[in-house]
Amino acid sequence: MPEMTTVEVSFTALPAHVRTARLVATAVARRSGVDEALLDEVRLAVGEACSRAVEAHRLHCPAEPVRIALTDSAGRFEVEVTDTGVAAAPDDVGAATAEPGGSPHLGHGLGLAVIAGLADDVQISESPAGVSIRMSWPAVGLGR
Amino acid sequence: MDLKLDHHTNDGIEVVDVEGEIDVYTAPRLRELLIELVNNGYYQLVVNMEKVEFLDSTGLGVLVGGLKRVRAHDGSLDLVCTQERILKIFRITGLTKVFGIHDTVDEAITARKAEK
Repeated sequence: MPEMTTVEVSFTALPAHVRTARLVATAVARRSGVDEALLDEVRLAVGEACSRAVEAHRLHCPAEPVRIALTDSAGRFEVEVTDTGVAAAPDDVGAATAEPGGSPHLGHGLGLAVIAGLADDVQISESPAGVSIRMSWPAVGLGR
Repeated sequence: MDLKLDHHTNDGIEVVDVEGEIDVYTAPRLRELLIELVNNGYYQLVVNMEKVEFLDSTGLGVLVGGLKRVRAHDGSLDLVCTQERILKIFRITGLTKVFGIHDTVDEAITARKAEK
């Protein structure tokens, strides 16, 4: 049996696909042995990270897909959401998506706040190539 | 599960029933409904979230936007929610202090009437 199992999904940067990404992430988390009580948190945190990435791509590179990697390794279920669109700070991305003259879009600072409140462990890295959000939860490794 | 929206008047307050998932894809429809209600002169709103299965920060943004709009007309936007998974999102973002959150639609309406 492999030490580590991975599922990768790549999807066109459309809001409609964020739900699909949430469903896949939740299914893989369940299979990896993440506690049932934590699955809601996985679902929400992954949704927030994918929403942020989709908005970034729509602004800067709508043709590029968003990537999500789900890894079950060493007692952890890890999710990495990578966008290839923008090196702007998350708050800048939020400000850029504000509706002109409309209701306040709270921006993705709020999405990141939700992720930080939910994920067991979060790392956000930015490079000229884009932003990567990695988060993980404990898993008992049933998937192996 | 997509998003289902309905609304009706109850004791002079417009109750919005939301069912399903409020996320980056569906939230624009809720935003449009709240804008339409305010434009039609409904400034006292209760959003019933008892049948909401998923809410993300985009949905929170729409609710805050709705609150801002009704307040511009001295109105109100209260929420009905008893589901722990949804309440948790309001707590971790500090929005429990911004919205009146009630257990039932009747309780939300009674509380709103008492304030007037």
